[in-house]
Amino acid sequence: MQIQESIYHLWINSTKDKSVDLLAKYNERKPFNKTSFAIKITLIALLILTIYSFYTFDYKNLIIIDAVKDTLINMRTMFFGASLRNFTILEGIRQVSFTLGIAFLATLTGGISAFFLGLLAAQNLSTKLVSNVVKGFVSFVRAVPTVLWVLIFAVSIGLGSTAAVVGLTFHSFGYLLKAFSESFEELDHGVIEALTACGANWWQIVFQAVVPSSLSYLLAWTFIRFEINFVEAVAVGAAAGAGGIGFELFMASARYFNIREVGAITFLILAVAIILELTSSRIKTKFIK
Amino acid sequence: MKLDYFSKKRWTGVIFLAVFIVLSIWVASYTRFDLSRGLGSFVKAFNWTISSFYPDSASLVRLPAILIKLRETIFMAIASTTIASVFALFFALSGSKVTQVNSFLSIVSRGIASFSRNIPVVAWAMILLFSFGQSSLTGFLALFVATFGFLTRAFIESIDEVGHEPVEALKASGGNYFHIVFQAVLPMSLSQIISWILYMIETNIRSATLLGILTGTGIGFLFDLYYKTFNYHAASLVVVVIVIAVFFIEFLSNYIRRLIL
Repeated sequence: MQIQESIYHLWINSTKDKSVDLLAKYNERKPFNKTSFAIKITLIALLILTIYSFYTFDYKNLIIIDAVKDTLINMRTMFFGASLRNFTILEGIRQVSFTLGIAFLATLTGGISAFFLGLLAAQNLSTKLVSNVVKGFVSFVRAVPTVLWVLIFAVSIGLGSTAAVVGLTFHSFGYLLKAFSESFEELDHGVIEALTACGANWWQIVFQAVVPSSLSYLLAWTFIRFEINFVEAVAVGAAAGAGGIGFELFMASARYFNIREVGAITFLILAVAIILELTSSRIKTKFIK
Repeated sequence: MKLDYFSKKRWTGVIFLAVFIVLSIWVASYTRFDLSRGLGSFVKAFNWTISSFYPDSASLVRLPAILIKLRETIFMAIASTTIASVFALFFALSGSKVTQVNSFLSIVSRGIASFSRNIPVVAWAMILLFSFGQSSLTGFLALFVATFGFLTRAFIESIDEVGHEPVEALKASGGNYFHIVFQAVLPMSLSQIISWILYMIETNIRSATLLGILTGTGIGFLFDLYYKTFNYHAASLVVVVIVIAVFFIEFLSNYIRRLIL
């Protein structure tokens, strides 16, 4: 009896202690959620930086209300009264296909180089050191804006389509290398092991196992990059004078001040961009994820 | 039968490749792209970089001016992304199938987003240049419109990923629209949304440099100025500064991403 009682007391005490202990612990260290804290800090930082940005902007004595009104009027003229003056619609389509051609070639060269270096960047096909070296090189390539690559290459080979393609290749390469090496890494480790055990060399592993299993991914990502490259080719045409519809846009806006022509060119670009976006989002849902 | 399958597959592959090669050659001749010159340019550009495209001591004098312009460009990217993400969130909430108010509003907001996204940022800049001139606002607004369109699509995808289940659960227990949005949809997609915002800030710093060349603002303008006056040492310093800035921001946003995802 006594023993039982003492055991009971002991049990009560121990549970009591535990609950007190837990409560004390809870009180002294409220559950701290790292994720929500980080989210809050990020949002507050962005807000502060944004407000500060508006103080530091160079407004150049601009009357904002007037500028907004002007822009709205311009946009009405532009989109509802679009017309071409300095060239015909056929010429416009030719310029668009020139830009598409630049984008195509840059995607091709970027894709080929990304394929081979992507093999070296994939950790299951390469060593850790080589993979990190390639990835480090790519992050440098991506840090320099596309238009600067074009301008840097234009010094040695002159402005034009070749410099544009070479310049655009860099970011296509960087983007596709990441996508390619990740889809290479998805290959089951057992497959590589099995082929190695059969005496297959590296190239045989690549072309008999890696490429067949990831080919649809590679093509899908390449097309998505083609869509991005069209926009980039327009930008490079305008900012680096590399030709194509982007250059016509720049001339119409900054040289001839022809709002209607800017509107017509914008419509042309918009049409191509929407077709490309619809295609690539269809490809995306079919092949990726 | 099996042999037939493989030979057929091989022939499709060969024909596909042949068509592709012919297409590439035709496009190359159409755009007057010269492969050998393109490949040769790497050697030339490398030699040129070593001989004259590096920051020398004389160009370092310009560093303070470059940093001021860099600040303008980075702030332009951050401000436009933040403001655009607020608008994009509202449009995504009314555009997503999970949280849409009605299907008409959904189509309208998706349409507006698609319109602003598919007109390239360069075209927006050229449109805005007419009345906003060479002020920071031209670049800011151009980035804002394009970012808004892109983020709306990204946010719609993030919200759709939340799915109907939590929404139905809240509806069944009597939650109204605001409960659904603030208690289920936003908390569940917020880390994704912030990840997209950070990605867009990184992208927009590069785009802001491009816009700077066109609109005469920020670090892009400075690069263009040095480049066109053949002051390549200073221009290379601009490139170095941009690379360091992009690396820093990438590092920071990767750090935040690791915390929140």
